[in-house]
Amino acid sequence: MLERLKLAWVVARKDLLLEFRTRTAILSAVVFTALVLTVFNFGRDPTAVPTIDLAPSILWVTFTFAAMLALNRAFALELENHALEGLLVSPLSRTSLYWGKLIANLLFVTIVEAVGLPLFVLFFDVPVWHVLLPLVGVIALATVGFVAVGTLFSAMVIRTRFAELMLPVLVLPFLILPVAWAVQVTARLLAGRPLAEVAWWLRLLGAYDIVFVTLSTLLFPHTVDE
Amino acid sequence: MTLARKGRWTTLVGLVLLAAVYVRALAFTPIERTQGPAQKIYYIHVPAAIWTETAMILVGLASIFFLFLKDARLDSFAEASAEVGTAFATIVLTTGPIWGKPIWGTWWTWDARLTSTLFLFFLYIGYLLLRGAVADPGARARYAAVLGICGMVLVPFIHFSVYLFRTLHPMPIILKPSAPSLPGSMLATWGFSFAVFTVLYVGFVMQRYALARARQEVPHA
Repeated sequence: MLERLKLAWVVARKDLLLEFRTRTAILSAVVFTALVLTVFNFGRDPTAVPTIDLAPSILWVTFTFAAMLALNRAFALELENHALEGLLVSPLSRTSLYWGKLIANLLFVTIVEAVGLPLFVLFFDVPVWHVLLPLVGVIALATVGFVAVGTLFSAMVIRTRFAELMLPVLVLPFLILPVAWAVQVTARLLAGRPLAEVAWWLRLLGAYDIVFVTLSTLLFPHTVDE
Repeated sequence: MTLARKGRWTTLVGLVLLAAVYVRALAFTPIERTQGPAQKIYYIHVPAAIWTETAMILVGLASIFFLFLKDARLDSFAEASAEVGTAFATIVLTTGPIWGKPIWGTWWTWDARLTSTLFLFFLYIGYLLLRGAVADPGARARYAAVLGICGMVLVPFIHFSVYLFRTLHPMPIILKPSAPSLPGSMLATWGFSFAVFTVLYVGFVMQRYALARARQEVPHA
């Protein structure tokens, strides 16, 4: 287990190192997040609808879009020069490979979210300080779930036609559920409701994470092995 | 008799019986007091909805066995079941709004149950699109199996979360923990209709399965 995690970290570190040397994808994703938030500003009438009512949807739609960018990148990277074949013949278990990709994707999305959340607070003047900790917790819970499924699917779609289009089509039905729950929790948190009121949603998010991380780990070998 | 032919006959029997369901529902089943004639759609809507979910679960089960046994027949069954499931999901999504307009006053509302059926529909579409986007038959079967299993696991999540959202949709009155709370004559019509939809599912899948098998035998078709 520990050995697998160590190897997973090697894969993740390789991805992140590549990323931070070029910085193209992460910078594009951050700029994209800022742009989506800006577009939302023009799509609402602040005199008619209070920001606090729209805030949870704005936050989660932005994160959803940003996550899509990150997921497309994960395995597309390995397609160049048949790098994936190299990874597959190396003495690396499939589990480690999947976890490595998952960790790299999670860190990538986390960075985007870490920039997106303050921007969201700044642009829409939403008070989050009093619920910052639970809010970060919900973001983390929802992110783990959909990045797990997304990483699995991105390994499949890279070898299909129209890969960039195929991934959102496949992932979104899986992503909407955790996002819908996260929106419910975020709305209640921002409205100052007690944590006990959102306990059920949090449990569902937790269950979703456990189920889909396990399932994706089990299914991943079938997406790369002949 | 070939499987495709058997499937065609089964479907034909199913369609004739479906006509009988209409006759029984419209002429020999009492009109519901509060909803009036609009409630008749229930006899089509609910059996189709049950088979939509069941078809996805069967896709998932066939996919699990496929990944272990690597038997191309299981993949063909999953493909067939997914296509029939898509057709049934379409029935649910069209009969629902027809009922919704007179009863709720709107064709569509972002109610949890409606949205969850829509998810299932998108899941099916995604599954079929993925099958269409992979050229290599081996990879296509494996990828489709992975997606099919994930889809099957998603179904209970969709089901559970429905109970957490406030919903406009009537609660289940047959498939619930306590006894069905439907008058006997209505329950009989419903049971009949459910049996007919089962025949239709089997008939459609037989035909579609035969087609998928034929395609496997003729390469590059």
